[in-house]
Amino acid sequence: MLKLNERPIPANDPIANPEQKMLIDQILEANKHTPGATMVILNELQSKIGFVSEAMQQYVAEQLHVPLSRVHGVISFYSFFTTSPRGRHTIKFCMGTACYVGGMPQLIEKAKQVLGIEPGQTTPDGNITLEVCRCVGACSQAPVLVLDETIAGRVRPNKLPQLIRPLQEDGKAKE
Amino acid sequence: MKYYRTHVLVCTDPECRAKGAYEIMDALQDELVAQGLIDEIQVLETPRIGDCDQGPELLVYPDAVHYANLTPDDIPYIVEEHFLKGRIAQKFVVQETAAADEELRAPTPKEVRVVLRNCGKIDPENIEDYIAEDGYMALAKVMTEMTPEQVIDEVGRSGLRGRGGAGFPAAKKWQLCRQVADNPKYIICNADEGDPGAFMNRRVLEGDPHSVIEGMIIAAYAIGASQGYIYCRAEYPIAVRTLRIAIQQAREMGFLGKNIFESDFSFDLEVRVGAGAFVCGEETALIASIEGRRGEPRPRPPFPAQKGVWGKPTSNNNVETYANVPQIILKGASWFASMGTEKSKGTKTFALAGDLKHTGLIEVPLGITLREIVYEVGGGIKDDKGFKAIQTGGPMGGCLPAEYLDMPVDYESLAAAGSMMGSGGMVVMDEETCMVDIARFFMEFTQDESCGKCTPCRVGTRRLLEILERICNGEGQDGDIELLEKLSQEIRTNSLCGLGQGAPNPVISTLKHFRHEYEAHIYEHRCPAKVCKALIRYEILPEFCTGCTVCARNCPVNAISGERRQTHHIDPDVCVRCGICMQVCNFNAIVIR
Repeated sequence: MLKLNERPIPANDPIANPEQKMLIDQILEANKHTPGATMVILNELQSKIGFVSEAMQQYVAEQLHVPLSRVHGVISFYSFFTTSPRGRHTIKFCMGTACYVGGMPQLIEKAKQVLGIEPGQTTPDGNITLEVCRCVGACSQAPVLVLDETIAGRVRPNKLPQLIRPLQEDGKAKE
Repeated sequence: MKYYRTHVLVCTDPECRAKGAYEIMDALQDELVAQGLIDEIQVLETPRIGDCDQGPELLVYPDAVHYANLTPDDIPYIVEEHFLKGRIAQKFVVQETAAADEELRAPTPKEVRVVLRNCGKIDPENIEDYIAEDGYMALAKVMTEMTPEQVIDEVGRSGLRGRGGAGFPAAKKWQLCRQVADNPKYIICNADEGDPGAFMNRRVLEGDPHSVIEGMIIAAYAIGASQGYIYCRAEYPIAVRTLRIAIQQAREMGFLGKNIFESDFSFDLEVRVGAGAFVCGEETALIASIEGRRGEPRPRPPFPAQKGVWGKPTSNNNVETYANVPQIILKGASWFASMGTEKSKGTKTFALAGDLKHTGLIEVPLGITLREIVYEVGGGIKDDKGFKAIQTGGPMGGCLPAEYLDMPVDYESLAAAGSMMGSGGMVVMDEETCMVDIARFFMEFTQDESCGKCTPCRVGTRRLLEILERICNGEGQDGDIELLEKLSQEIRTNSLCGLGQGAPNPVISTLKHFRHEYEAHIYEHRCPAKVCKALIRYEILPEFCTGCTVCARNCPVNAISGERRQTHHIDPDVCVRCGICMQVCNFNAIVIR
């Protein structure tokens, strides 16, 4: 069996892409010497690259001189980190108390019907990822959806399709 | 400081951003440049002008005019009328009655604004705005007139207790940390506001970040700390950005850095961002996370005051606690202690949410009753439905029924009633809420957020959830209630940290106050609030159904059949009880049995 660091790096991995590799190195260089660097670096990678692949974790561990288990332990502990790419667009359903009481289960039901996927999944064309998230703190607008970075409040199930449509059309345009 | 004759505040809350607040800001900038007014009129971002229902909206000062329901096309008109000709653009003005502006208007009579006093009034990204509101005066007083002991004494006499939930006296915590003969010392601001339904700290960080920073510098001086961390949750990107700008400005002004006020006291601050783990609100987990590790709590002692970040003495307080400190120094301990009850002094911010007429942020003196909060500040229950319960203290808190409405809100009373102060979320539930389902909802949350380090919490919350799920599914068994009680007690006494110890609280409190609902589910296979899917079915009333087909078209599983203009019918075997049909029906023809 191959040791972890001998596994081939997949061709589509950010580590194998010169542009992204440069970004990764920049992030590492800027934060390497900060106390408690692991979290800071992984947070940066997650937000700039969009995910932290296995090869990236391996690379970070090597550069920081910490065991891979430590890096992977952090990745698997915090819900913000993902290890595979997400869709071009993300729709998050706020599952705070106010949103839950305000009818979020019905909204999720409707989204499943419109997109044909479950929360946590990405549409087959790689366009939209559905996610259930923790309270985003816009409780007075419950129930709340986060479409990429924008918040949509007081969403009713029958209004959901028209909210999603621009994202869907963007996906079609990119194809 | 540059002088502007007029300030325009644009609300850039998430809600208003969604409605195009930034487009409005761009249009304003463009138009002001075009009219040559850009040096006279300043455009600022601010959180929450109104309740964002009428967004995008803006406020014009010093005229105190509130414009709402704007589109970028309206901006040239407003600029020409108001800023060029000096006439208020009446057609966009929100009348005072409709403004619903809980934070810029005079607070409702029951409220006192201490922590929230600057929110929405000043530009959070401009330190001079804060200084104009007596900002950093308290720091100047501390640095030039007071010894660290005097600071601790003053805060001690004010009676300020931790606003993060547990209510430990702030000055005592500082004293403990100061006494430890180990250096360097650290202080932490816990801005990991993870309780669902709570957003008080977000508002303070986004609207008045310098009040927190000033409070932290004063605390650091009192303790003798040289480095501070603000640990902010990743879900609050705007708060993180605002904080980083504010810290940079404070550094440029010499409030942070080496030899503050030419003394030998040096202190600097850094923002650390979480990554979506609720347990990191627990102080030892938070410390682990700052150190770059998995956010798992550890047993105490040693307390962070002895061994915290990097094994050094560390003092940790909540955002709101720090924001109170400058005011206490400026106005004196006795002023602060004049508000509140004997043991709970000062004011507290709460985030009102749920089935209320007026939801949003409030700040009230401690000792106010729940009834005053729900009916006077919150305006009562939406649609004039009946009050069922108020949930305080977040997922580790409890649900209190109507009998507790006249209870004063303070640390001891809430704890005695089986709930807790928590960080300040308050969710009001009307009679259409199933309390078993609510207990299940919270347990799903804590079960998911349990870090897994200790068994009572990791396994116990899972078992609690399974029992609650089967009760909600109509498969509850005789003895389930007793099992829930026994398991809850065991988890409470044996868990390592506050998350595990508090996790059974929603179950314990709903069992105590709404036991009959559990019994109805288990023994009568009935959900009294008509929420639990397995115990209800949807029906169409033929006398109201017009055959408009809206329900059939919206049904996700095609369970509704019927010809146009004919009474429709729901197939109970296909129906998934999502309730969409009931929401979309315009004729109230769909009922739950």
